[in-house]
Formats: sequence, C-alpha cells, structure tokens
Amino acid sequence: MPPISSDLTAMTLAEARDAIKAKKISSKELTGAFVKAIEVGRPLNAFITEAGEQAMLMADASDRRIAKGEMGALEGLPLAIKDLFCTKGVRTTAASKILGNFVPPYESTVTQNLWDAGAVMLGKTNLDEFAMGSSNETSAFGPVFNPWRASNSNANLVPGGSSGGSSAAVAADLCLAATGTDTGGSIRQPAAVTGRVGLKPTYGRCSRFGIVAFASSLDQAGPMTKTVRDAAIMLKTMASVDAKDSTSVNLPVPDYEKLLEGGIKGLKVGIPKEYRIEGVPAEINALWTKGAEWMKAQGAEIVEVSLPHTKYALPTYYIVAPAECSSNLARYDGVRFGHRASGARDITDLYEKSRGEGFGAEVQRRILIGTYVLSAGYYDAYYARAQKLRTLIKRDFDQAFEKCDVLLTPTTPGPAFAVGAKTTDPLEMYLQDVFTVTVNLAGLPGISVPAGLTETGLPLGLQLIGKAFDEATLLRAAYAVETAADFKHSPAKWWNL
Amino acid sequence: MSAAGKSKNLKGETGEWEIVIGMEVHAQVSSQSKLFSGASTEFGAEPNNQVSFIDAGFPGMLPVINEKCVEQAVRTGLGLKAQINLRSLFDRKNYFYPDLPQGYQISQYKDPIVGEGEVFIDLKDGETIKVGIERLHLEQDAGKSLHDQHPDSSFVDLNRSGIALMEIVTKPHMRSSEEAAAFLKKLRAIVRYLGTCDGNMDEGSMRADVNVSVCKVGGYDEFRKTGSFKTLGTRCEIKNVNSMRFIAQAVEYEARRQIEVIEGGGTIQQETRLFDSRQGETRSMRSKEEAHDYRYFPDPDLLPLELDPAWVEAIKQTLPELPDEKKARFMALGLGAYDASVLVAERELADFYEEMAKGVDAKSAANWLNNEVLGRLNRDGLSITQVPVSAAANNAIIRMVADQTISGKIAKDLLDIVWTEGGDPKQVVEARGMKQVTDTGAIDAAIEAVIAANPAKVEEVKAKPKLAAWFVGQVMKQTGGKANPMAVNAALKTRLNLPDEG
Repeated sequence: MPPISSDLTAMTLAEARDAIKAKKISSKELTGAFVKAIEVGRPLNAFITEAGEQAMLMADASDRRIAKGEMGALEGLPLAIKDLFCTKGVRTTAASKILGNFVPPYESTVTQNLWDAGAVMLGKTNLDEFAMGSSNETSAFGPVFNPWRASNSNANLVPGGSSGGSSAAVAADLCLAATGTDTGGSIRQPAAVTGRVGLKPTYGRCSRFGIVAFASSLDQAGPMTKTVRDAAIMLKTMASVDAKDSTSVNLPVPDYEKLLEGGIKGLKVGIPKEYRIEGVPAEINALWTKGAEWMKAQGAEIVEVSLPHTKYALPTYYIVAPAECSSNLARYDGVRFGHRASGARDITDLYEKSRGEGFGAEVQRRILIGTYVLSAGYYDAYYARAQKLRTLIKRDFDQAFEKCDVLLTPTTPGPAFAVGAKTTDPLEMYLQDVFTVTVNLAGLPGISVPAGLTETGLPLGLQLIGKAFDEATLLRAAYAVETAADFKHSPAKWWNL
Repeated sequence: MSAAGKSKNLKGETGEWEIVIGMEVHAQVSSQSKLFSGASTEFGAEPNNQVSFIDAGFPGMLPVINEKCVEQAVRTGLGLKAQINLRSLFDRKNYFYPDLPQGYQISQYKDPIVGEGEVFIDLKDGETIKVGIERLHLEQDAGKSLHDQHPDSSFVDLNRSGIALMEIVTKPHMRSSEEAAAFLKKLRAIVRYLGTCDGNMDEGSMRADVNVSVCKVGGYDEFRKTGSFKTLGTRCEIKNVNSMRFIAQAVEYEARRQIEVIEGGGTIQQETRLFDSRQGETRSMRSKEEAHDYRYFPDPDLLPLELDPAWVEAIKQTLPELPDEKKARFMALGLGAYDASVLVAERELADFYEEMAKGVDAKSAANWLNNEVLGRLNRDGLSITQVPVSAAANNAIIRMVADQTISGKIAKDLLDIVWTEGGDPKQVVEARGMKQVTDTGAIDAAIEAVIAANPAKVEEVKAKPKLAAWFVGQVMKQTGGKANPMAVNAALKTRLNLPDEG
C-alpha cells in the first residue's frame, strides 16, 4: 500500500478503503477533505446539488459502524452520484428545469446498494439534460468544465457527456468514484476525455429502478473511477437483480476485484475492422494499434473480426433512443410534480407551455424525432427497421465473439473539445458516440481505460467490449491495458488558484 | 339461420337493412393489487388513497407484472374456449391526458395473451348463436378526472390508475340489440363463474364499446362466406356503454340513425360516438381524422410474457363448470332449454337451484324456483344472494309436497310464512297443523257434509260431471286446504258414481 498522501482526495477508492480498514483515517476525515475539495472545485460546475452536511452525517454514522466492527464493502467511502439517480430526500433534477424542485420520496436501487455497503454521498453531479448529450452542455444548470486543459490553451473544454459532472468530479479528485449512466456512451466517452475509467455493465446487470429513464432498452448504470480496480469494486456493489426491475437479470455477481489479476495469456482480442473510420485523427488509430501491441505482449492473441452493420449503428441508435425517450418523457406534463407553467388556458395549453418551458432544445429535438419515427405511416420505415438493424448489430457481435473473448476499439473519435465547439451542429455531436453506441444496442458490457495523451496533453481512452455478463473477463483485460499504459497523468488544478 | 335472421332486420324507406355488431368489453380483473404495482384495487376508497409511485408515473418507476392478473386472463381465455398464446407482448399506447400519469397506457397490441375463442348465447325464441371472440388482452386502466369539484379546476383521482383490465374483442357476429345484450349478459356470467371479474357494471367493472354498422340484406352472409369486410357497412364505435339496457337502446338508435343517413343520400363516416342515456341517443365524439395516433411500440420496461404450458394446464384443471356445461347437465335432468339457460345465467342462482333440487324431481324444483322463489324475490326487489329462505328449507318444502305431507297450495302458504317469519318448514307444518289429510275417513266425512248441505248441486254434477271441481273446492275448504286433492277427487268419483273421464 502506498503511503497516505497528504491530499486524501488523491487516493484511489481501493487505497481509501484499505486506509479506513486499517484505521489510518476516519470516514469523517476523508469526507471532510472531499467536501472542501468540492467547494474549491465549484468553478468546474460538476455538482448540481452539494450534500456536504448530509455527507458528514453519513460519514459520522459510518465511523460509528467501523468502531463497532461493522464494515460494509464501501464503508465510509465518499462518492458522487449522477443527478439521474433518485435519492430519497435529496433533490433530483436530471439537469432539467421540468423537474423543478422534485425531491424523490424513494431511493434508486443502485444507490441504495451503495449506502447499504456503507458508502457516503457527497452530492449529485451535473449531466446533460435527461442524459441527452455528449458534452454536458445541454444541462439546465450550465456546462461542466473539463479539469483538463490543452497544453497550448486556457480554453475551457467539455468533460464529455452525458455523465460530465461525474467524469469531471472523478478527474478533479472531488470524489473517490462516481456513478454514471450510459445509454449510448455516456459513461465511457466522458471517462475517456477526462483520463479516467468508465464501465458500462451488461444491460440488466444493474437495476434501473429509481433512475430517471431516458431510453429504457439502452440505459444502464455503471461506475466512473480512477482505476480499473476501483471499477471492479464499485460494480460488485452496484450490481444486483431487483424485483422492482423486470429487465434486471438474476445471475451471480462475482468478486470482480479478486479476478482482476489473472493475466490475459491466451485471451483472444478482436479488432473490428469497421471501426477504422475516415476522418478519425491518426493519433487515435496509433493508440489503438499500441493497445493491441500491449495486449499481445502480455500473451493475448490478436484477431481481426468484422462487425459489418457498424455503419448503421448511429442511425439505429438515433431512432430507438428518441422513440423511447418521447414516451418516457411524456410523464413530465406539469400535472403531478415538477415545473408547471402559469397562465395556461386549458389542459393542452398547460402541457404545451409547461413542456415548452421545462425542456431544453436538445430534449425537445429528441422528443420530436421520437414522436415522428413512431407515428402511423412512419413506424415501419423508421422504428421497425431500426429494430431489425438492432438485431443484426447484435448478431454481428455474437459472430465476432465466436472468434474472440473481448474486442478492442478506440472510445472516442477525438479528445475533449472546446465548450461551444459542437453545439450548433447536432449531427457532429452525435458522432461522439460512433464507437460506443453499438455496445448499448447489443446490450453488452464496455469499459474505457485511459491509455495516452494527445500532442497537446489531452487524455485519450481505449474501449474494451466484453461478452454479455462477462464483466470479469472484461475487467481483467482492462486491467492488463491499464497496467501496460501506466497512465499516471492528472490535470493541473487550475481552479485551485 | 336465414329465416331467423330476416326477422332481425330493420325496415327502412328503401327496403330492409341488416345490423352488424361487434363489441369490445373492458372487464376489470379480480385481483388484490394492480397490474403493474402493489397498490390495492378495492372499490370505494377515498380519492388518491390507493396509488403507488408507479401508478402516479413518478420518475424512475418501473412496472412489474402481477402474476395473479396474468393467471386471471389465462383463466378467462380458457373459459372462452380460446387460444392461449404462450408468448405475448406489452406495448405502450401513447397519449396525453391528466388521468393518464405515465403519458401512455401499457396494453397489448400486436401479440395479445389470448387469441380466438367463442361464446354461445341463448335467445328468447330458443335459438342459440355462436359469437366469435377475436382476442383478449391485458391492459392498465386510467385514473378518473373529476370536473365537478371546483368552479375552475379539474381534479384527478388515480385510485383506478393501473388496475388490470381485460379487453375482450368479439368478431362482428351479433345481429340485433337483443343479441348484443344477450352476449354481454353471457360474457358476464362466464367471468363471474370463473371468478376473474365481478361483472359489476354499476362500479364500472364491466364496460362495453359497441361497434355498429348496417348493410343491405345479404351483405352479412357474404361477409361470413368471404371474410371480407367489403360487404359490410362503415362502422361507428359507441364508447363506454355501461348497462345491458343501454346497449340495446344504443344499438337500436345507432342502427336507425345510420339507415336514415344512408337513405337520405349521405354516407357513414367512421367515428367514435357517445351514448347519452338521458336522451337515448348517440352523439359524435371524434372522427377518424381526429383519432389519436397512439404510436404503439413494445414497452422496453417489460420482458415478453412467456407462459409455461404446464402452468396453463394446471389452471385449466381448476376451471369450474361453466354455464354451457351446466345448462347441458340441467337439460339432461329434464329441464327445458329456456328454463336451464335462465337458471345458469347467474352462478349463485344455479348453485341455489342445485342445492334445492337435491333428491327431488328436477323439473318441479325448477318450477318452484321460477314461480315461487324468484317471483317473491322480484316482488321484494331482492337478489338470489339475499333470499330469506335457504335452499335447504326450500328443498324440505318440495320434499313435503312430493311425499304428500302437504298440498301444493299449502306449500305456497308455508313459503310465505317462513319467508316473512323464518323458521324450519317442517316444524311450522307440525306446529300449525298444515299436514295434508289423506285419511279417507276424514275426507269422506267432509264429502258427506258438503253433499248434505248442497243436495241440488249433487243432481247438477250427475248431469254435468265437469262440475265435480266445484265439489272438490268445497271439500278443500271444509278441510282448511289440508286434504289431498287427488284423494278428494277419487273419493268424490266413487261417492257420486261419476265416470273416470270426468
């Protein structure tokens, strides 16, 4: 174990856990350090709701449990929660005005699992409104700034999205780890552009109960952490079958951390040829090649595979996800909770005004697209065809996994970009998900691991994709890449000045 | 069929018209909790007291299917002799309304849990008609909007939101208002026998949407032959008709309206109409163009519903005897088709009859029930479940008539006594000396007394033997109604030397 750093916030989750277990630090000391860091980190706008006071109470309770020898798997460890998870008694916004001051009277299953394991909640992190975006710029609570800046510029960069508040908080040491949700890349892409680890588990691995829904057949919660080991620790606690979510799956949750260090000798790593996409910077492809070499050097076998329907993934995603969102977001109507417009003439006017005022432009765009593709006369041409393509995309993966155990790809087509750079062209923004959406469409687990820096010193990630419910192998492969990459970089804390 | 069919037609100015009717019945599933939540389904609670966060459409809430409701749908499907689909899907039907908290109703669109089945209905003229069932699917009910609680606000009660409904869709196999009402009555009997819906139309547990069209004579037979709807007229759907009587009225009114429109040179537009029970008429609600685009798509929160064939089979083994089977059994006991169909219409009535008829003649038990018990219930405005004289007590009365302990006339008096005062019929007969007199000595004495008092009548009877009935009446009077009429008859014939055929 490394010596306890004077800055407690720089520890990994595993280090902090071990330090608490060894009674070298208390949860209150640790939590206090993060509460302070969050205050200092306010220029990043990573949090929508800070819960410092509650965090100290939870830490105190945790310390008392520790004193009694009652240690949960995450005992005393302070975490940040994406503000898409409903938290009992703590305002939950989905970064939308439409939820107003909604305070859930219930707790999401994933966060309940974390609290049951002894974790401490620091606050609720910013995100793209209803998780719709790839830059955290659609939030009604303002953009989040990436802790990283290019070596040649002081321009503010985006932290990725939609889990941009969580990625920024992890990279800036405002928490030990955070939760995210991933519908088309919303955990992996922000993790990649902030130089940290993001894991999207298999669809059904974590319960969706209590998570504000975006696209139900694609949404999945997962951890955003500093290391692969931390992701393994977090997933073990977050994952569970849940009687309250019919799509959660009843399979044993292994101890992923124990399985991390098995090595990848003989592991077959597939390189999907269709992921060489025109217009992607050379340094991305070079890093990808390097990643394959790292794995080969550790005894893995590299095989080329084909995922022929990859080019249809983005269009398919941008039909399926908006279709589901148009229906999922119908409940925000100003009638029972959240924002209600004043001065409505009748019920239709109330709907139109409340939803017009409450939803931002990107959410409205997706509701419109989704409504259109489900409409009579267009359903077959769009939604029905997208469902067929989704089946074909899934089949591509099934066939590829006959030849290999995991797939290796880039996570993003580029590093973090400047705030405002892509907001005028939604299609360019949607391209951010080009390497990640296929995984959601096929319901598979995927992880992004920090692997290198661009010429101007911005982090880049590599993505590994695993077989359904084989997160153990996926994490083991990710651990091997992480070890080889030996990525020790952290952003300069410019907001501290 | 065609001969009977003709009488069902309506006469217009230009000739005869056939009515064609199909129905969509919403039957509330009898279950403790809702289709996708644990909230209670009990009727009559204070507004918004039986609402879970799922029913209220709160963020992050997910539906979880209630197995009991699935079982009830399968049970109903089996009762309708229908195809049970081992794989079915839930879809979302999207529209905005304040009493629809999720902004969509979870229903089954393309792949319902139950497929084609059939229901037989008995008509008054003794005809039996088969009505095809197209499908049965499960869906959520909506809440209730209350517009009369506040001068300028509407309120919403979500107690009903999320309650399980079975939508039962028929084929267009009904041809008259009588058939439509008879179908609903029969369907209600079936679900009540099965225990899958309480059939309570006053509380909205059963509501019907009625599709009505008219066509020229022959169009329907052509449709049945070809399966093509081309020879049928354009249909109008009358929403939410909630009583048998209103269904008959609505069909009658709507068919005549359509004939009038067509004969006046107009055409029928496919539309949804409301039945105004006060005015007894249907009114346009929305046209096909104004119809909602419900944007159905499979609900991604729910997995396809897969049923284990063994589980379906196990449910089948627990089905009760249904009205048709019971009717056949009653007819085999000697009841007529009409009597049998009346008795089986309500399970409680059939059960009452069976207990009452134990060990006695089936036909006389049925007559007793129809004429005496139901007559008194009707007079007092009571239902069979409120009957003041138990089936066992009625059975005792019938037995006493059968073994000639009491006469038929006394039996009715006895029923009146126990109906109002209660008590055990046998003890009442003993205590009040209501036993029939079969003792020939006592009867002969009474006959002698009557003859002695009416010498002129004796001569008349001898000339006109039919007048013997007068003597029987006098003798009965003399014995306070307790004499056995057959014994009196026989004794009179001997005494007055009357011929047998008299």
